[in-house]
Amino acid sequence: MRYHKPASFTQAIDIASTSEGVTRFLAGGTDVLVQLRADIVCPDDLIDIKHIAGVDQITKTPEGGYDIGIAVSGAQMSEDAALAAAWPGLVEAMDLIGSTQVQGRATLVGNLCNASPAADSVPAMIAAGVTLTVAGPQGSREVKVEEIATGPGKTTLEKGEMVTKVHVPPRGDSGGDAYLRFIPRTEMDIAVVGCGVNLCLGGDTITQARVALGAVAPVAALVPEAADILIGTTLDETTLEALAEAAEAACQPITDKRGTVAFRTEVAGVLAKRAAKIAYARAKGEAK
Amino acid sequence: MSLVHVTTKVNGDEAEFLCEPRETLLDVLRDRLGLTGSKEGCGTGDCGACSVTLDGRLVSSCLVLGVEAEGRDIGTIEGMAAGEDLHPLQRKFIEHAALQCGFCTPGILVAAKALLEKDPDPSEEEIRYWLAGNLCRCTGYDKIVRAVQDAAKEMREAV
Repeated sequence: MRYHKPASFTQAIDIASTSEGVTRFLAGGTDVLVQLRADIVCPDDLIDIKHIAGVDQITKTPEGGYDIGIAVSGAQMSEDAALAAAWPGLVEAMDLIGSTQVQGRATLVGNLCNASPAADSVPAMIAAGVTLTVAGPQGSREVKVEEIATGPGKTTLEKGEMVTKVHVPPRGDSGGDAYLRFIPRTEMDIAVVGCGVNLCLGGDTITQARVALGAVAPVAALVPEAADILIGTTLDETTLEALAEAAEAACQPITDKRGTVAFRTEVAGVLAKRAAKIAYARAKGEAK
Repeated sequence: MSLVHVTTKVNGDEAEFLCEPRETLLDVLRDRLGLTGSKEGCGTGDCGACSVTLDGRLVSSCLVLGVEAEGRDIGTIEGMAAGEDLHPLQRKFIEHAALQCGFCTPGILVAAKALLEKDPDPSEEEIRYWLAGNLCRCTGYDKIVRAVQDAAKEMREAV
């Protein structure tokens, strides 16, 4: 295994695109090093991206959004009071991953590109409408988070391509997001179901909504049918029941040691309702 | 396989070593630098026994490569006591009998110290969540939490 420390994205892409073997990008290493140790993936070229300028920075954009560098850890996100106030659901979702020790290293892009269907930050990013800059030998493109994963461990990134920046949109007025997951314990576990909800209000009425589910299909995905039910409502009981039904209908889960198909489907509906209530309260400024 | 030369700082002292690119920081600390206080429990970032700080940030040294330590500042359990004077956390762990076999103890002490540097007055809930990634299979966690609370109190009063 060759260890590389490129000083620029151009160098990193050059190494990745000209490598004749298995390549892995190393940011926090909380998945890569586990796979390395277990001999699941033994990279010929390991590309440590942490020496590229700016990758450890969270910057507020002129439009009011946030650009998050690809080596920013979960701990750094939680410590950024402005980011946490604007996008509490996204920050909490990232914070749910692993222990304090894991939080010191784990990154959004690592969680995304590891492409686990149960990755906690991914439904929250999808709900928030997060986009990415992906760069490769052919140039760069803007991609939605939901366009990255194609199945467990598989992504749309081509050889030599890498995510170079995470773009969190401006929060705007009267907006709120939330992410909830179900695990059988209180901490340190993998989501049985995860649900992210992001709402914008005009007065008490929901004007924009995004709902995303994780761990109930091969990839975390946006559920537009569930969002459509929310728009134009004040999140009354009837709406919440319809939301739960839409969330359940979007599930294509598997039965495994963490939960059965029936259980995961029901929990998806429950979490969608609860996350929507939290997002709504946040959008109204009634909850943090 | 060619060895990589790494210069770093461990507990405030300059250190250098040669290691293979796939060696973890934990392997390097234990096998190349002789600092065997950090333990390998799981090797997959689940148990916290290998906890160290990297530029002040709590991490699992089994999930860091030795080569990543270049130019960084590493804090291990060996740097906790000042010579013969134990850190308040170390003393309180003994007083409260917050250990049995002791295998998890270095990791928990390093993690608890990082917590108290960030928040000198954490609630019991905050202590339990912060230490959720440090597994102990002997004592249960009550004595550990009480020792951390007591040490925090003493450290606050000493300021």
